[in-house]
Amino acid sequence: MTNAENRGLHYEESLLWEKDQRDACGVDLPSLENTPSRTGVEQRESIGLPQLSEPEIVRHFVRMSTWNYSIDHGFFPLGSCTMKHNPRLNEKLARLPGFAHAHPMQPVSTAQGALELMHELQHWLAELTGLRGVCLAPAAGAHGELAGIMTIARAHEQQGNAHKRIILTPDSSHGTNPATAVMCGYDVRSISTQGTGRLTVEAFKEALYKTDDKGADIAGMMVTNPNTCGLFETNILEISDLLHEAGGYFYCDGANFNAVVGKVRPADFGADVMHINLHKTFSTPHGGGGPGSGPICCTEELAQYMPVPTVIKAEDGSYVLEGVDDRPTTLGVLKAFQGQFGMHVRALAYMMSHGADGLKQVSEDAVLNANYVLKQLSDDYHVPFDGPCMHECLLTDKKQKEHGVSTLDIAKALVEYGYHPMTIYFPLVLPGTMLIEPTETESKETLDSFIETMKNIAADARDGKADEFHDFPISSPRKRLDEVKAARKPVLRWKEAA
Amino acid sequence: MRYLPQTDKSRAEMLETVGVDSVDALYTDIPKSAFVDGLVDLPDYQGELEVERALSVMAAKNIAASDVPFFLGAGTYFHHIPASVDHIIQRSEFLTAYTPYQPEIAQGTLQALFEFQTFIAQLTGQDIANASLYDGSTATIEAALMAMRITKRKKVVIGTPLHPHYRDVLTSYMGNIDDSVLADGEPDDETACVIVQSPDFFGCPHKYDVWRKKCDATGALLVVVINEIISLGMLPAPTQADIVCGEAQSVGIPMSYGGPHLGFFACREKYLRQMPGRLCGMTEDADGKRGFVLTLSTREQHIRREKATSNICTNQGLCALAFTVHMSLLGEGGFKKLARLNHEAACRLADALASIDGVTIISEHFFNEFTIELPKPASIVVEDLATCNIIGGYALEGNRLLVTATEMTTEAHIQELLETLSEIL
Repeated sequence: MTNAENRGLHYEESLLWEKDQRDACGVDLPSLENTPSRTGVEQRESIGLPQLSEPEIVRHFVRMSTWNYSIDHGFFPLGSCTMKHNPRLNEKLARLPGFAHAHPMQPVSTAQGALELMHELQHWLAELTGLRGVCLAPAAGAHGELAGIMTIARAHEQQGNAHKRIILTPDSSHGTNPATAVMCGYDVRSISTQGTGRLTVEAFKEALYKTDDKGADIAGMMVTNPNTCGLFETNILEISDLLHEAGGYFYCDGANFNAVVGKVRPADFGADVMHINLHKTFSTPHGGGGPGSGPICCTEELAQYMPVPTVIKAEDGSYVLEGVDDRPTTLGVLKAFQGQFGMHVRALAYMMSHGADGLKQVSEDAVLNANYVLKQLSDDYHVPFDGPCMHECLLTDKKQKEHGVSTLDIAKALVEYGYHPMTIYFPLVLPGTMLIEPTETESKETLDSFIETMKNIAADARDGKADEFHDFPISSPRKRLDEVKAARKPVLRWKEAA
Repeated sequence: MRYLPQTDKSRAEMLETVGVDSVDALYTDIPKSAFVDGLVDLPDYQGELEVERALSVMAAKNIAASDVPFFLGAGTYFHHIPASVDHIIQRSEFLTAYTPYQPEIAQGTLQALFEFQTFIAQLTGQDIANASLYDGSTATIEAALMAMRITKRKKVVIGTPLHPHYRDVLTSYMGNIDDSVLADGEPDDETACVIVQSPDFFGCPHKYDVWRKKCDATGALLVVVINEIISLGMLPAPTQADIVCGEAQSVGIPMSYGGPHLGFFACREKYLRQMPGRLCGMTEDADGKRGFVLTLSTREQHIRREKATSNICTNQGLCALAFTVHMSLLGEGGFKKLARLNHEAACRLADALASIDGVTIISEHFFNEFTIELPKPASIVVEDLATCNIIGGYALEGNRLLVTATEMTTEAHIQELLETLSEIL
């Protein structure tokens, strides 16, 4: 980590603890009065924190930031992740003192604006999903899944259906789906989508009636719709009818809501409860891995069981938080306080900016962009399932594999050519999958450039340049990293050399 | 629509390429009955000015801690955030990046996470820490679930007064586990872990040796929960614990009416493979240069599916960055001094409150918040103070009030509280 490694605008940067520590400080605090301690315990000894000034620290993080790719840099077609433009207006509004400096437990009479905002967001989500019960508390998508499945579990418990022990989920589902069902104490049964990319009524019935000819042991199903292959589940009405007949509830994983927002209400294709990733569909930024926000929406029947709190508008026009005492049928609390409120502000700002007409245009442009990419790449890459697709399209490396080039190589070549790759090796239903989600905030020009790059990569593979691929990327801040070494001897923190 | 680059012309060209007449032809897989007839019943699009105006009106209806004397803590704290923290986290490269699944072009996020993990391990006196969880309450249930996995026991004991919301979250999650028990008091031979919050919910710091002995005698794990992470600049590190988790909102993150905050999770190295959440590890690239990757993902849901240690996926990445920048600015000297400043502010507040007739300081020991007894119900006093534009604290049962002071608390704030309380009581 020496300056000798720096070139042009490419800087190396050591860890904070490796810098020359000079007893400096990046903040100026008032003097202490040195009053005697009343903590009743001994004083903390040395912690080992670094000691640097503000300019050194700002430079440290700014240099590190230059090693990151972001949506503001360029095209980020990460399937199932909805990397769309993040308007800065949303950031500005979340920082208004009345929002940023409100405490979650201050008297509700002093937080009416915050509650009004949450109530408004609940209304927008209810209208867009057709599901009238809304709880904004879940912290992210996976937490929303937990809230949704626990809502279903609570309903069965209250209705005396303790024998319902199984959650169905397709083999193409997100890993969070089976992991969530298990956290809720359920057994998971997989529905095969092999070779079809979609749920067939036949495969669904096989799973539904496997251990009971009326499906009496089925608590519910978790289905992402549109699904992780970028396809709408064409049989969803028949499937949800069969599920409901068996007394199960339909949990819709809302990760792909961007394809249908403002056009199709999930309640109208049979969903009983779903989560919404505000950080996907409604553009609260991903922040390098969070914070997210995963509100759930459910039918009026299930609303009595969902977690608290929900914001209610009282008869006098004031807003109140509905707690456990107000709704004893609730499953309880899944997170301290009211949820990721700062994300609620950003999402509502985004929704209001688009409106009903703009949101419909969002889904239409997202779907058009994905179909355009699919059409343009369908000669060069293997398309496993016939289109049209929804807001993302699925390809595989079948054609490139014949020339020794894999999906991983294609992804790393995209890195070399200045793109963030698509989602790779997911869904797991086929080998070498590549899931491309352009989103609606990309222009035709951007898509055309990406398509050209993908065609060039396919041509290079055909031309026997496989060896070149294995070295990619070579121009990024780091070349391919040794993940095996990282896992074999984990080094998870800095430590002073012994 | 300012966020949509496509125009009618480009849409028409693309539809032609795709080979359909209209965009609705791309939705033919969807049953007709599922379509909204026209538009959903919501307002049309609005310009930036209109949206800003509408939300600013809502924001102005709240009392902001920055505008009034403010003595409320109870798990969320009002602290100063240096301007450079917000500058760094709003850089596009951090704000609009995804989870660092492509490490060659995400080293900025990854190195910051590695530094975050180091900070948390140092502060908690533990071997290792993960790259964050949602918040203190969900970190606490994850600790309990991990202890159950390790000990193969199903009883969780709360040893010291725990934040009531954290207790509620434990209750809800544990309802999913057959035969699980949540109890108060002391561990026994069936206990998976004892949860010791320090300072506890009423403000009192605890010693860990006594709990360590009880755990060693019963085979239970010791889980220490920290609500106010700045206390670790003054109180001893919980090195006796097996797991230390909690809430780190106090460093770099605004209260934001309850979130996003920052859950942290640290433990002993021997429990590494039972940990929930993402981990960032050091490695090398093809040229032998040091780099960082997300590692040990065989614990996680996207690999292990139903056998994962947790269902968590997205965590609090940007909040962890804010914490890391603010901790870097504070450093050893600044962090410890900030902790002392908080304690001294609380001592001043306690002395001032003790001078009011009818007010008794209940907490003998405290860090930056403590419990007082009032001559009338605390919930009424809190409401009365709010009407005078003072956020007075958290009303406990009966006449007890939990009050907090931080470096934000001024002498003028304390005087205003005293004068108003003297009138109200």
